[in-house]
Amino acid sequence: MKEIIIISGKGGTGKTSLVSAFSSLAENAVLCDADVDAADLHLIMSPRTGETHEFRSGHSAVINPEKCTQCGLCREMCRWNAISEDFEVDSIACEGCGVCWYFCPEKAIDFPENTCGEWFISDTRFGPMVHARLGIAEENSGKLVSLVRQKARELAEEKKLDMIITDGPPGVGCPVIASIGGADAVLIVTEPTVSGKHDMERVVQLAEHFRVPAMLCVNKFDLNAEIARDIEAFGREKGVECLGHIPFDPVFTRSMVQAQTVFEYAPDTDAARNVREIWNRVLTKLQD
Amino acid sequence: MIISIASGKGGTGKTTVATNLALSLGENVQLLDCDVEEPNAHLFIQPTFESTETVTTPVPQVDMEKCSLCGKCDEICQFRSIVVVGTTVLAFPELCHSCGGCMAVCPEKAITEIGRELGVIQKGWRGSLEFVHGKSRVGEAMSPPLIEKVREHISPEKLNIIDAPPGTSCPVIAAMRDTDFVLLVTEPTPFGLNDLKLAVGAVKILGIPCGLIINRSDLGDDRVKTYAEETGLPILMEIPFDRRIAEVYSRGEMLVDAIPGMREKFVELYDRITALTGGAGR
Ligand code: SF4
Ligand code: SF4
Repeated sequence: MKEIIIISGKGGTGKTSLVSAFSSLAENAVLCDADVDAADLHLIMSPRTGETHEFRSGHSAVINPEKCTQCGLCREMCRWNAISEDFEVDSIACEGCGVCWYFCPEKAIDFPENTCGEWFISDTRFGPMVHARLGIAEENSGKLVSLVRQKARELAEEKKLDMIITDGPPGVGCPVIASIGGADAVLIVTEPTVSGKHDMERVVQLAEHFRVPAMLCVNKFDLNAEIARDIEAFGREKGVECLGHIPFDPVFTRSMVQAQTVFEYAPDTDAARNVREIWNRVLTKLQD
Repeated sequence: MIISIASGKGGTGKTTVATNLALSLGENVQLLDCDVEEPNAHLFIQPTFESTETVTTPVPQVDMEKCSLCGKCDEICQFRSIVVVGTTVLAFPELCHSCGGCMAVCPEKAITEIGRELGVIQKGWRGSLEFVHGKSRVGEAMSPPLIEKVREHISPEKLNIIDAPPGTSCPVIAAMRDTDFVLLVTEPTPFGLNDLKLAVGAVKILGIPCGLIINRSDLGDDRVKTYAEETGLPILMEIPFDRRIAEVYSRGEMLVDAIPGMREKFVELYDRITALTGGAGR
């Protein structure tokens, strides 16, 4: 079984449109939306949810005013300034470290587990999909990412599907780190802008750091052909092959508005043809 | 005053808005790029950097000569970043949240703190615009502490513009909280609307007034506008899709320098924000 993660350094490069397009080309794949912080793949996939599970992780402190003598030890020890002068815990600032709870001489602090999101196993017109929703302002997105990936793996085994296509989170921080470990390859989607190139360089370094093989494709390449070439050159230097280009085309936006993949909405466009080529190359690469 | 610019998701034009707004407003303005995983504002601002400082976070170091293997540090740590294994104590600094619990609990005073590098903070200028950003170390999972450090450079007497990271979880909350106004940049598409709703949810939790900028306002559909009307979210600016804008952006140039009339639009945007926050304007 192979798992490919599509990442982008930053959002807005067309990652989710590409993942959904791939899903209509792939046979025998499980889809996985690991962008748990702002999941979007479901907007095109319109999944029918089969299973919903709570995601619990971490704890936060709650002070019981009846028991609290306002001795101030917790405030003194809290490094997040999460405890107010009236001894209330600011749940947003609380890091869940438990130091106040552990040291409170009156045992006035509770430390319950948080429910910070949900994850789902669903059906789509292109096969099964695992996705999740992290509660707003919640931590532990890295853990939820690891969880959905693990579930996608189990599902692929159970259904005997030989591929997992994962829509990765943006950035180069905790969620992305959780999403690329152990993957067979990452496909970096980038756009030819000064900032796109910069983001791509960081994400290539990240893949290098975690020793995950990386490939590259350039979306909207005709917006700035010169930077597109620079990006490819940077990839070559780093041993990251560019699998292809996709022109700027509002057809991606239009198909998204219709909740369709580009192959459902406009299969006879250059954009769609280019995506197909990239997908075929991804498959070849994964066979090697 | 502190204005933070956020967007549920990246790629909506947040950095474009932050940099162009900062550059339009003349004196007494500071731009802080808190998107420390992928700081991009400097590519457009091209500041002359005058200082770089390495930022560290305290993590435990155990002196095994003193340690009695009591296991208390292992017991208090919520992040499994310090564990007693056999006759030794292992620390995993990349998992540590720097709460200081293990050091406080250790009966033998065997634990001291050493610095683990989170990234760097750089400060510089473009003309009269002061610029600060943080850049996390590659492979670093924890960005909020570095964001906090960037925010320590806020100058209360100035107008501070914060370019926040994307998303709705810890990093963006760290960047947005205690700011006077949040400007949400979105696109009029189903993705844009979905991400916008999440971002509005986060802003509501923090209780900060906010307004909307619709970028590429003529691509996509009307659902974002309808949502804004229904929820009473003021639309403060619309930027139509224009290949010229996309190309200027791709080259890393500033819209206010390259496109006539843009500067005035951003000044107008700022006036709307001050009107909404009850500020005196300029
Ligand atoms: S400082 Fe806190 S998080 Fe870090 S190892 Fe000690 S107890 Fe764990
Ligand atoms: S708390 Fe101190 S003495 Fe006890 S195991 Fe940890 S380091 Fe050793």
